[in-house]
Formats: sequence, C-alpha cells, structure tokens
Amino acid sequence: MKRRKFDVAAVPGNTARAVDDRFQVATPLRRLLNKVFPDHWSFLLGEIALFSFIVLLLTGVFLTFFFEPTMTEVIYNGSYAPLRGTPMSAAYASTLDISFDVRGGLIMRQMHHWSALLFMAAIVVHMLRVFFTGAFRKPRETNWIIGSLLFWVGFLAGFTGYSLPDDGLSGTGLRIASAIMLSIPVIGSWVTAAVFDGEFPGTIIISRFYIAHVLLVPGLLVALISAHLGLVFKQKHTQWPGPGRTNGNVVGERMFPRYAIKQGGFFMVVFGVIALMGGLFQINPVWLFGPYEAWVVSAASQPDWYVMFLDGSTRLMPDWEINIPIGDGYVIPPLFWPTVVLPGILVGISLLYPFMEARHLKDYRSHNLLQRPRDVPFRTGLGVMAITFFLILTLTGANDVIADKFHISLNAMTWAGRIGLLLLPPLAYYVTYRICLGLQQHDREVLAHGVETGIIRRLPDGRFVEVHQPLSAGKEHGELEYVGWVVPKKMNRLGALGPAIRGFFYPIEKPAEAPVSPGHPPVEPRPDREEITSGENRP
Amino acid sequence: MSSQTGQPALSDGEPLDVNDPRLSRFDIVREGARRDDIEIVHYEPQVVAGTKAERRLVRTVAAFFLLTGLAATAFLVIYIWWPWEYEPGRGGDKFYTPLLGVTLGIALLAVGFGILTWGKKLLPKEVSIQDRHEGAVPAEDRRITGETMAYMAEELGVKRRPLLGVSLLAGLLPVGAVAAAPLVGGLISDPHKDNQMMTTGFAPRDGQKIRLVREDGRPIRPADISAGGQITVFPGVEHGVSNRYADSPTLLIHLREEDAEASRRNNEREGHGGYMWGNYAAYSKICTHAGCPASLYEQQTNRLLCPCHQSQFLITDNAKPIFGPASRRLPQLPIEVDAEGYFVATSDYTEPVGPDFWERP
Repeated sequence: MKRRKFDVAAVPGNTARAVDDRFQVATPLRRLLNKVFPDHWSFLLGEIALFSFIVLLLTGVFLTFFFEPTMTEVIYNGSYAPLRGTPMSAAYASTLDISFDVRGGLIMRQMHHWSALLFMAAIVVHMLRVFFTGAFRKPRETNWIIGSLLFWVGFLAGFTGYSLPDDGLSGTGLRIASAIMLSIPVIGSWVTAAVFDGEFPGTIIISRFYIAHVLLVPGLLVALISAHLGLVFKQKHTQWPGPGRTNGNVVGERMFPRYAIKQGGFFMVVFGVIALMGGLFQINPVWLFGPYEAWVVSAASQPDWYVMFLDGSTRLMPDWEINIPIGDGYVIPPLFWPTVVLPGILVGISLLYPFMEARHLKDYRSHNLLQRPRDVPFRTGLGVMAITFFLILTLTGANDVIADKFHISLNAMTWAGRIGLLLLPPLAYYVTYRICLGLQQHDREVLAHGVETGIIRRLPDGRFVEVHQPLSAGKEHGELEYVGWVVPKKMNRLGALGPAIRGFFYPIEKPAEAPVSPGHPPVEPRPDREEITSGENRP
Repeated sequence: MSSQTGQPALSDGEPLDVNDPRLSRFDIVREGARRDDIEIVHYEPQVVAGTKAERRLVRTVAAFFLLTGLAATAFLVIYIWWPWEYEPGRGGDKFYTPLLGVTLGIALLAVGFGILTWGKKLLPKEVSIQDRHEGAVPAEDRRITGETMAYMAEELGVKRRPLLGVSLLAGLLPVGAVAAAPLVGGLISDPHKDNQMMTTGFAPRDGQKIRLVREDGRPIRPADISAGGQITVFPGVEHGVSNRYADSPTLLIHLREEDAEASRRNNEREGHGGYMWGNYAAYSKICTHAGCPASLYEQQTNRLLCPCHQSQFLITDNAKPIFGPASRRLPQLPIEVDAEGYFVATSDYTEPVGPDFWERP
C-alpha cells in the first residue's frame, strides 16, 4: 500500500476543519476572541476574588484527603509532643496531623486560610469599587445582588470552614453561633436543636458543617460566580468616560491575546502571593489553642476579620432585654439585635440599594459609563458612612486588644465605640460630601483658568501673580466642559516635562514622545508653552 | 488611524473578500473584528523587531521563566529532602513550610511576571471599539416572543378549563411538602426533650447529690481554696468534665469575709438564702449572653469578666451584670459540704444556664 506523506503543517488546519464540521464553532469563537474589554486597574479587584477562589478549591481538595470530620473522641498520639495523650475530637486530631504529620500539609492549610481571607477582602474591595463608581446601576442591578450574596455566602463558607478544626478558638465561635441562633424569638431553641441535633455542642455539628463547607456552600459559590461572570460577559463591562467612549460602545482591547495573557499572568501573581503568605505568615495555629473545651477561653479571642464587625456590634449592644409578660413570660435577648437583625438589615440595604438610588434620583436609564466618586457626593458620602460604620464595629471587635496594648480602660473603649458608632458615620458623610464638592470645584476651576504652572510673575505695578496654563486654545475662559474624567492638574501631565529615559545603566531606547494613554483626554502641549517658562517676556 | 498597513482600500459597508490574496493576515483579522462590530482604531507595536529594546525584553521574559524553573526545582528538592518531621525545639523542620512557601511563591510570581511582561510590553498596544448593541432587540422581536408565550398559555387553556389549574395546584402543593418533609423531619429535634435546657450535670441522680470535682475528677474540700481564690468545677458524674456537659462548668469562689457577708445579704434578698456554704459561692461559668466561659475573675472588685463580649458580673451581688451586653445574672449553684467533707450541689441550678432564649421562664 502506498503510504501517504504526513503533512505536519496541515494538522492545525485539518483539525480545526474537523472540529468545525461537527460543532460549528468558527463564528462564535471569533466573537469570543474579538470581544472587547475596557481596561483599568480597578477592574482587576474582582479577579483577585476569583483567583483566590480557584486557589481555595485547589488547596481545599487537598485538605479533604486528610481531614476527618467527626467528633469522635480520640487520644492524640501524633508528632506534636505538647498535646500527646490529650483526649480530643478526631477532627482536631486530624487537623494536627495535617499540620505536623502530612508532608507539606501545613502550607496547604495556611494557603487555604489565607486565600479565604483574601477572597473576602477582594470581594469587599471590589464591591466598594462598584459602589463608588456607580457600576451597579441599570442594567447591572442583578449582578450587584449576586455580588452581595457572594459576600454572605462567602461569609458562610468562611465560618463553616473555620469551625471544622474543632480547636479551642473555633469552638468558642461555634458556641457564640449557637447562642445567636438561640436568641431568635419563638423558633430559636428549635433552630439550635435542629442544627446541633440537641443541646450544644452535640456530636454531629462538625460532620454537618463539613458537608456544608465542602459541597453545599462551594456549590452555591460556583453557581453564583458563574452567573456573575456570565452577566459581566453578556452585559459587557462598564468603562470610564473618555475620548471616544460613549454609553453605547466599549473601548479597550480585544480579549485575545493581550487581555487574556495579562489575566493569566495576574492569576499566577495572585497564586504566588498566596503561596508566599501561606509559607511565611502563620495563620490559625490551632495546636496552640488546644482542643475545644466548654470552660476554656482566653482573652484576645478574635474571629477572622470579616466576622469581627458582628463581634463588635455584639460588644457595643446595651443590655436591653425585652420581656413579654404573657403566660410564663417570653424573652428577646439583647444578642438578637446585633447578630440577627443588624446583618438582616445590612443584607436588605445592600440588595436593594440600586433600586433605592434609582428611585431617589428618578433615573431609570441604562448606564454603561462609570462616574467618578466626586461627581456623586451623596453616594460617595453614603459609602464612606458605611465604611466608617463597618470600621468602628471591626475595631470594636478587637477593643479588648486595643485596651490592653494602649492601656485604655475596657469600659471606656466600649463607650467610645457606642458613641462613635452614632456620631462618626454622619460626620464622615458630611466631610466626604464637602470634599467631593471641593474636588468638583477644583476640576471646574482648572478647566476654566488652566493648570497652575508654579511660575510667579511680577506685574509692572509690583503685584505677583501665578501664571496659569489654559487647557484650551480658545480665548475665552470656561469653554471646556467637564466630561466626567480626570482633569490634568500638573504641568507634566500636559507634556511640560520631558519623558523619562529608560534603562538602568544606559539608555535602552531613544526617548519616546510623551506617552498619552488612551484613557486620557487628548491634551496637546500648547505650541507657545516655551513662552510661559520665560514669563517675563510676555506683556 | 491604524499604523499597520494602509493598502487594500477597506471600503465601509460591504464586507471584504477574505480570499483576496493581496490581503495581509491583519487585514483579515480586522475584517473579522468588523463583522463583530468592532473597530480596531489603534494598533501599534511597542517594540521594533530586531532592536536592542526588543532583545532586552525577550531576555527579561526568558529570565523570569528560567527563574520559575529554578524555584520550582528548589521546591521539589526541599519537599523531598528537607527534614520536615516535627521535633520540639529548634529543628530544621521549622524552616520547612517557609521554604516551601518562598520557593513556590517565587516560581509562581516569576511565571506571572514573565507572562505579564510578555503581554504588556512585547505585544502591540491596541484600542478597539465595540458596539454594545444595548436595547438592540427590536421592539418587533419583543412583541413576537411575547405573543408566542401568550399563545402557549392560551393553548394550555387554563383560563377556559379552570379545573386543570386548580387540580394541578392542589396536586403539586403536597409534592412540595414531600420534598421538604424528610429534611425538616430528619433535622427537627425537641429542644425541651428531658427538660435538657433547664438541667445540667449537677441535677441529683437517684437522690444522690452530685459532687463538685476538678478538671482531673478529684473532689474538693473547702480548705483547697484560699480566701479570694476560685477554681472551675464540674459535676462529679461520668464524662462530667467533657463537652457532653458543656453547660455545667461552674466557678467555685472562696470569698473574703466582708465580701461573703455582702454576698449572703444579697442572696437572701433574691430568695437565694442558703445557696452559699460558708464563704463559698458557686456561679455558672457559662455567660448568659453568648455562652462563652466567663472566666476572668478580678479578685479586687469581685467582678467576673467574659472575654468574648466583655460582659461584667458582680459576684457579691448575685453575679448580676453591671457592664456590657449581658442582661441576665449568672445562675447560682446551691452548694453544701457532704459527710465526707467534700463540696456537693444541694440541687441543680434553679435557673436555666447559658445564653438566653425566647421561652426562658
């Protein structure tokens, strides 16, 4: 038989043809490759959350191979000498084994914990970006809601995971969680008994948390994240205003190759940073806390950072108990308000905010252009108010540590928190509002009168004035409109400064023209700019 | 606009013949983008091929990739040969995890920076504009879809044949309940079974009063605690010192003479006369706020502080809350000394122990 020559160069073409014959992917694939993404550093914050989530899945799967999610009592007999012979739950013992007796187990545990903290932090920072720039407005309300839910589901994932090792610290957290469930009026004791299968702690809670932590909650997270990304893809990303950018287009780079490559590189960087943190920074050293025992606790027991605000609100709550004198009498404990009602309100407000704002502004149009925070002072003010509220509660979550380190009375810290929680957020709102107005005014001023040059000129009558470089060539002042984007305020933004020469020891290239990124307004240096530098020549 | 190729005049409107041999590959790429309503308005190489700058960048990227290989190899070597087993003191194992982290971190960061440099510096910069096509669904399409759905609903004819709708609903409701039933039925558990929320391990068994014991199970004589001192005690029953009796840990305090007197007086006021034995008083250690052990006892002021949320209880006045979020006093355990001279609980706690709940009497 005649052997046909194998043509290597034709392989990709033939394969592609074979695939397309079967799946007809050429057109959709082209659309995908061509999809345009706008670029700005702040659009990458959400990616950090996504990438940490991937690291969470990878390290989490590793941990499941060694973790034993039961509360069966065992006597520890592993490598960690100080706890040898101590009775403890199998969950805690296997966590110790992961830390000491599984090769490389500790770094996996620490990477898992760090990426969880990073995941939550990235979600919050991303959410702030979306909030302050108005990216949640129509048509993206749904994605805002999904994003808010992601925070709370992430919270649940974090709490269930944090409780699994069954160590002294997490057991105390679980005890508080049971008290929170218990505080719910009418059904509290039934909810607690259902979750713990009887009285706290029971014998099954770790197993239940385990399946929630490795299957139910991550499943929900994957579903929500997929919907979130799908909607970003479908609705196309928002963009900052700028030259050529309108509400009806997307200005940026096509997804392949450059954008995708940068994403890939960024994932590796996030992964690398988590690896460094997991190796170098100790987190949750459970072997120091000992197994959970109901009567043991130490001062400075703080939860993970995203739970601390609830701890803080609990500390600040006054001892207001509501008694309902019917029959034997019923009680609503003070714990109910800061741990059930407050988060409920926060969830409600965050979910509904896009609709409340649209209603308030009577603005029901679609917005694809972002707003600078200064241009919407009331929203920026509300955001800073919320941050202040959250920060005070978070700091209060550690007020015993602060009191201890700075030798302040603990009771004074509590009172400072109570008063601060009422006074500071409105104050933050007011200050932010004024700062926004000031920034707006300054933008208008520069547009009208030009950039400060730093050149002082003496007038014939002896007065000194600073020379301003107008931004437009026109004679009349104030003819430039503010377009919602950065106004250049320094002379080097106008090209007054020579471009930097690159190269460490010697120049590697001819000094290029001043680079003007596409995001910036097309500001050309005025031809008469030399004249300004020699101020006295001018009339 | 585009800095690349100016030839074949790209006419607006009509699509380009992509089989035209004169077209460069970029022309075809641009034509593809146009068919997706994308205009590549700016496409500019950042480095000129063959220049010093390009060679330098290529070297940088290559160096990053090689560093990755190096660090990854170092990771493997450390992973396999470094002494990793835990030994107390200053073993080499202390450096095992940090070294793994550093090598893995460098490997990943270097490959990340390599890829980023490649993408950001070596690939041409571009600005493309894509139409959003928002609201692009023509009103007509909306109408057609709407009519189709309305037609479907009409065809089902629930309006004309209401019995179908009603019976379907009546049939499906229990099915929904069936789906929920195993979950609810399996999980539900009576919180008041055996009166468990009101009892602790100190409840007398078979008329036998329960001893107060230490962590190691030894019973306690009054002489074991000096005045002003306190210890945590547990019910002297099987597993009394374990989490099975998580609501039972109790603080046994030996009050000083004057504090004990005040304490007794306040006890009597609350109808708890006789709960103390001599100058000894026992209070539940489980905070009535959130259930943490309220374990920081300040001897000078006789205050008990819960480290979780800083509730403070005044021991000399029935352990009533005097600061912080707790609203209920710590329950007091009535104690006495048995014939052999050991502390026993006269009875169980007379109030429910631990965090508050709705139906607490």
